[in-house]
Amino acid sequence: MEYFAKFGDFQFDVLREVGNIGAGHAATALSKLIQKEIDMNVPKVSVIPFDQVADCVGGSEAIVVTVFLRVEGDCPGNMFFILDMESARSLLRQMTGADKDVHEWTDFEYSALHEIGNILTGSYLSSLADFTNLNMQPSVPALAIDMAGAILSHGLIELGHSGDVALTIDTAFFEGNDQVQGHFFLIPDPDSLKTLFGSLGVPFDGDH
Amino acid sequence: MEIIKIGMADLGVAKPPDRLRTTGLGSCVGVVLYDVVHKVGGMAHVMLPESSLGKGGPLTVGKYADTAIPQLIQEMERAGASVRHMVAKLAGGAQMFASLGNSDTMRIGPRNVEACKQALQSAQIRIVAEDTGGNCGRTIEFDTSTGILQIRTVNHGVKEV
Repeated sequence: MEYFAKFGDFQFDVLREVGNIGAGHAATALSKLIQKEIDMNVPKVSVIPFDQVADCVGGSEAIVVTVFLRVEGDCPGNMFFILDMESARSLLRQMTGADKDVHEWTDFEYSALHEIGNILTGSYLSSLADFTNLNMQPSVPALAIDMAGAILSHGLIELGHSGDVALTIDTAFFEGNDQVQGHFFLIPDPDSLKTLFGSLGVPFDGDH
Repeated sequence: MEIIKIGMADLGVAKPPDRLRTTGLGSCVGVVLYDVVHKVGGMAHVMLPESSLGKGGPLTVGKYADTAIPQLIQEMERAGASVRHMVAKLAGGAQMFASLGNSDTMRIGPRNVEACKQALQSAQIRIVAEDTGGNCGRTIEFDTSTGILQIRTVNHGVKEV
């Protein structure tokens, strides 16, 4: 989309910093939750065709545990917290102490995962709202365990009306010995980027 | 035998022994058309119901039900098929986050299915099989030699229609 072509290095740097701050706070929250050190990668900001979004988490058919929420307020968008199955099990084990090889998730495990996602995405968003001074409210988060392509496409429907590409801010995090690894995905609505840049004093003539 | 991959908002045509495949259908709908006489198959991965919802910019025909289906019919006819002999199979149109209720974006799956049915009806193509709705993702693969559509889900395994 032409709109994104107007982004220069500076704009991408700023978006990486947005991911850094949000995911940094979320990683700290996770670290407190499981009392382990959590590392994260430098956020990846990409403008990619819809088809490739799921490639970032293992491909369209990879089974993932996802908490999704819609960001409402000044800067609407979609947010995903994504874990692969192994990481989700490992995370539950570390939180609940129960060590079993679960194939079927119990209601308790569902709600534990749901709540973890809720806490982490909430901390991502609130740090972002503080940093930008924008009003960002999370919708009630929802949990799904299914194919990555099917789940992520849910966050692309809105964007589909105006183009064929998405801007994603993807921050991967992992626990020291790689037992838990996952992603925070922020996909701002195209118009939100202008608001975001405006709030941070970043020059951008994003009329489209 | 070759497996032709159809991406999101994309469409394609194949003949025996090749197969058509699209992965990770959520609220999107996989539309399969098949001319049983000439053995020509086509598949579209539809993302949105109507092209009139687009907010300008170049139109991706494969994205919308009302543009993808006519285009698919045309491309299949170019490959030797005849619309009179075509039948349709549909899969997808799920609501991935069951708890999210009934806002417009949330109901996109059922709306996509409805729009596909309308487009098929105006082309007078009969739907012979359908696996739509629910809350699960689907991967589909269509065999142009047999006309069988394989539908794979995470929790319900593989079924053939």
